[in-house]
Amino acid sequence: MANQEISGIVMKYPQERRFALAAMQDMQRALSYIPREGLELLAEHLQCPMAELYSMATFYKALSLRPRGKHIIKLCNGTACHIRGSVNLRKCVSEILGIEAGETTPDGLFTLEIVNCLGACASSPVILIDDIFYGDVTAEQVPEILSAYCEKETI
Amino acid sequence: MKTVYVCCGTNCLAAGAKKVLSELRQECAGMEAEVLPRIKETGCSGFCEYGPIVTIADEGENDITYYRVKESDAAEIAQKTIAKGELIPRLCFHKDRNQPVASKMENPFYSSQKKIALRNVGLIDPADLQDYLARGGYEGLKRALELGSEGVLEEMRLSGLRGRGGAGFPTAAKWETGAKQKEFPKYIVCNGDEGDPGAFMDGSIMEGDPHSVIEGMLIAAIAVGSEQGFLYIRDEYVHARRSIGKALEEAKKAGFLGRNILNSGFSFDAEIVRGGGAFVCGEGSALLESIEGKVGEPRHKPPRTSEVGLWRKPTVTNNVETLANVPFILAKGGKAFAQIGTEGSKGTKVFAMVGKVKRTGLVEVPMGITLHDLIFEIGGGIKNGRQFKAVQTGGPSGGCIPQSMLDLQVDFDNLTKFGAMMGSGGMIVMDDTSCMVEVARYYVDFLCEESCGKCTPCREGLRQMRHILTEICEGRGQDGDLETLERIARTMKDTALCALGRTAANPVLSTIRYFREEYNAHIHDKFCPAGVCSKLSVFKIDPETCVGCGLCSTLCPAKAVIGEAKHPYRIDPQRCTTCGSCRNKCPKKAIITERRGENGSKD
Repeated sequence: MANQEISGIVMKYPQERRFALAAMQDMQRALSYIPREGLELLAEHLQCPMAELYSMATFYKALSLRPRGKHIIKLCNGTACHIRGSVNLRKCVSEILGIEAGETTPDGLFTLEIVNCLGACASSPVILIDDIFYGDVTAEQVPEILSAYCEKETI
Repeated sequence: MKTVYVCCGTNCLAAGAKKVLSELRQECAGMEAEVLPRIKETGCSGFCEYGPIVTIADEGENDITYYRVKESDAAEIAQKTIAKGELIPRLCFHKDRNQPVASKMENPFYSSQKKIALRNVGLIDPADLQDYLARGGYEGLKRALELGSEGVLEEMRLSGLRGRGGAGFPTAAKWETGAKQKEFPKYIVCNGDEGDPGAFMDGSIMEGDPHSVIEGMLIAAIAVGSEQGFLYIRDEYVHARRSIGKALEEAKKAGFLGRNILNSGFSFDAEIVRGGGAFVCGEGSALLESIEGKVGEPRHKPPRTSEVGLWRKPTVTNNVETLANVPFILAKGGKAFAQIGTEGSKGTKVFAMVGKVKRTGLVEVPMGITLHDLIFEIGGGIKNGRQFKAVQTGGPSGGCIPQSMLDLQVDFDNLTKFGAMMGSGGMIVMDDTSCMVEVARYYVDFLCEESCGKCTPCREGLRQMRHILTEICEGRGQDGDLETLERIARTMKDTALCALGRTAANPVLSTIRYFREEYNAHIHDKFCPAGVCSKLSVFKIDPETCVGCGLCSTLCPAKAVIGEAKHPYRIDPQRCTTCGSCRNKCPKKAIITERRGENGSKD
């Protein structure tokens, strides 16, 4: 299943090196990570060393070699968010979920990422979960925001 | 016919603008034909702090603008303002306490702005090409087609436009170099990888007025002689990518893009490249590497990318805001543009004013405005009645400017002269609860994470600076630390490979230059006067000022505030993490900062 999906993504692109990043981003979106098979197939398709694709996969923040959680929590630590207390939110999220930045919860539900500026500085501090923005977040609101995602899963 | 503009910029969306929009649509659906308004979903109207923003305009010059509109206000707006033109004072901006302001232009946030790059943002539906055309869109392109390469270059020279992405390189000179190259194909690249934390102007332009960026690229292509362009857009900017994507399609359909544009014989096409989430890709040559499908590491220069760029072909890269200025210059003439601004910096600049300022948002002002006017006249001063401390301009490549220099006129040369930088236009206002040492550490930490690691000065220099700054923030600072920091900074400035590395030390140098005492307090007195570094400070409630409202006790996440209502509260220093929750909200400003003594040590 996954292999079919991967080859579907890879074959969609012309055999030109410039599509390497785009193909890997598609894989990331479809599978929540770049599996080894994905790198192998893409390297063959683009006729380039797999090591070069590997170095891209580890260089770009949008790409990951390990599966990410179902919900991606992007906690903004841009300057505006930083001086308006994003550090406290980070502590709070980490405590509730038991994970640090870059980690995924054991149940695969959440991945916590610390990002630099989501461009919503006027609403700082900001948390982006999947594609929903939460602005002017305070530490007290964090449990409530997160529990909404947990509940969705149990229903 | 009235037009209703609902701001759907990123900040307004975060505040619920979509719900307001759909509610308004529903409320207006059943209206009589003569009052039935056009409802438009626009890009960022700038006054982000007060979003969602709704403007109701008649066919003339009059408008009524409402702020912080909620879903539940939609019915009233439809019945009163849209149907009858009545004002709802509750939703207006209030200049003085009881004086509601109806029109946008009477609002002090907007009244002293001058919009060129943002001329359409917030006034058009970005998904509707007709809106752009109605406001003079693609007129610049038509004129450029008539003028040809040399004519366009001449207008650009007259305009004096300098690149808005950071370094302020003259756009005409860059284009000329591109035009002179004999190699073909040549490429035009739009740098939409806005990575400076605290800056969102490019994102707002791409979201709110995508055609102006495309038109700017087309004009650049005529000047340089290019047929292919790329828009490199940051991974995080979902809305911007969608908006540009739609605009490219529309422009192609209407014949502004593709083969034989407007029957002129000139052809140009452009496509989007999605960034991978790496700050260094904002640097011109790293960005080109990334487009080529490689790791985004900067190249050695010379040769400049305008000579040897994408796939080793001549490539002209311009920032989003720069390109958005170009159609105006072609349509109105370079001279008209050059009348605005200062001697060395023409035109306007868009700033994302954020942080501890009352009215955060996106502002566009003539070059040469003073920092004081920006922050206090337009921005309304500092939040929560606190004291201004510094303004950080230019993102991680910029610096912090202190109170004593608020009269500084903002332009490329002035900011550089005083150790800061125009950068892309982020402007982060800080008050007395921001610690400048910690701010420097924040930037160095950011750059340390983002440094690509290709050259040693940047990779190792940042790591060493981060180590020293962390030691200082945690109370282990020593004599000589500042001198070491300055020495590392100078080495990086002289030897790093790309502009990001060469400017990476600016936040450290500028804070040492203007806030040396604060560094010394950390190093010698082991005290953080701003109450940010938790190992060096602790909060105390002044029993004389405290009225016992208990707000701090409810807010404290560490449960460090002890006491009972109507009596002065007390903070347990063992528990206090100096997170600042109490200080931010205390109505009496009773929270004071003290040195954390040995017995109050957290560890």
